[in-house]
Amino acid sequence: MKNILEINNVTKFYKNSVKALENVNLNIKEGEIFALLGPNGAGKSTLINSICGIVNFNTGTIKINNMDIIKNYRTTRKMTGIVPQELNLESFETVWNNVNYSRGLFGKKPDHNYIEKLLKQLSLWDKKDNKIKELSGGMKRRVLIAKALSHQPKLLFLDEPTASVDVELRKDMWNVVKKLNEDGVTIILTTHYIEEAEELSDRVAVINDGKIILVDEKDKLIKKLGEKTIKIELFEPIEKINGKLSKYNFTLDQTNKIISHTYNLNSNTTDIAELLNDVKKDGYEIKDINTEQSSLEEIFIKLIKENNNELVRN
Amino acid sequence: MNWYGIKAIYIHEMERFRRTLFQSLASPIITTSLYFVVFGSAIGSRITEIDGINYGSYIVPGMIMLTILTQSISNASFAFYFPRFTNTIYEILAAPLSSFEIVLGFVGAAASKSLIIGCVIILTANFFVDVRIDHPLLMMFFLILTSITFALFGFIIGMYAEGFEGLQIIPILIITPLVFLGGSFYSINMLPEFWQKISLLNPVLYLISGFRYSFYEVSDVSLFTSTLTILTILIGCIIFITYTFSKGYRIKD
Repeated sequence: MKNILEINNVTKFYKNSVKALENVNLNIKEGEIFALLGPNGAGKSTLINSICGIVNFNTGTIKINNMDIIKNYRTTRKMTGIVPQELNLESFETVWNNVNYSRGLFGKKPDHNYIEKLLKQLSLWDKKDNKIKELSGGMKRRVLIAKALSHQPKLLFLDEPTASVDVELRKDMWNVVKKLNEDGVTIILTTHYIEEAEELSDRVAVINDGKIILVDEKDKLIKKLGEKTIKIELFEPIEKINGKLSKYNFTLDQTNKIISHTYNLNSNTTDIAELLNDVKKDGYEIKDINTEQSSLEEIFIKLIKENNNELVRN
Repeated sequence: MNWYGIKAIYIHEMERFRRTLFQSLASPIITTSLYFVVFGSAIGSRITEIDGINYGSYIVPGMIMLTILTQSISNASFAFYFPRFTNTIYEILAAPLSSFEIVLGFVGAAASKSLIIGCVIILTANFFVDVRIDHPLLMMFFLILTSITFALFGFIIGMYAEGFEGLQIIPILIITPLVFLGGSFYSINMLPEFWQKISLLNPVLYLISGFRYSFYEVSDVSLFTSTLTILTILIGCIIFITYTFSKGYRIKD
């Protein structure tokens, strides 16, 4: 699949000499949902704003559909839409005017049929004559999405799309994002809700302190960096670890009845069957077996911690 | 050119004017009427004529200029500062619009509003005094050029302001005194020689003088100097905006 977005060595300093982005390199494939993860202040929004032309970056190049975003800003900006993190809307304007205004800004001829379809798709049609100030937070978020889609972009940036929304609405938003992607829109979302990235994305990048520290497919990432824990519940407690079980590095719970053994998903050396055999050979009867896999959140925390330690060392 | 984009900004701004039409028009009409009551009746009873023109009629161009200058500045500065304040500016910056197109949309709307208000003031003035316009085309030339120039100036204020208070500082502390001291309500020939010379340093004097010439063919300075002054301010504003706004200074930092 071809790259729709190519970011090469992008660096951005703010006025007070704070380095917001440092040599960022990233390629986004057409048609994917890409999640940019990072703690607050990591540079997620700055990166998105740099791509969309909202802030200037200092060095490097950004290309959309193989076109430089500065030299060909008219063509590239027509291809992008952005949903900001904050509910930045003109409170006294109606939903209809707000969305049509956005379409006009992006140089598109008025198309009331398309806007009607879009508002219906986002369940906003019955609110079209309402002023923004009369809408709930969730509805405002939808208006922002409608505005970003008003000019039919190919590449949509969602900056923390579900920040401060309730669980129900979050799931609702996820469905909207999935539907847009099915319709052919490439989506880049920033989030610090790992479950959001886990639910939606095909690939994930982790950004910390202005640097991209990892880019990978979500499933591969979980497999590569994730750990799995097997919990073996026994009928009788283990009095003393000896015999065949002494070679394993496992932990016991307070009752001495549950063995927890953690292993890396990518490791070829782990033989669970052998462990189970050894448990039996040492004379214990197995009551139940459970496995737990590390979430993207745990991987993310681990990566950030490692990266911060490295920064301190350097 | 992104004509749809320019139109979107222009219509959006004019829509705001429409929504607040009463406030937008009531304020200049009431102010003009008060000026006529205070200056026209109270002072006008002592100064009957200046340069052969009835005092009430004489002050009309100055009053229009005072309103055009303040309205152009406040309309444009507010129009550009407001999206900065609400953060809706992101959309304009992310749109395929050049700096020129953005400025054209905002300044065009601000200047249009000022022109509408200027015309309303001329109509209002007609209720109080006889207003004669000897050179209507020249009058329109000055009116349009002044509206655009000071809307550009307002746009610069909107770019730099750090708060709503900041939008008021330059109009209140600089523009209003310059207009009042620029011969809006008197001819500089009525001043002592020293103050006449000082008045010549005031650029607004040249605008009012040129504008008054288009009404009654009387002026404090030559028409050429007046035209040159307004064009100089216009070019200065254009150069400043081109340099700062196109580089994203204070907007895209």
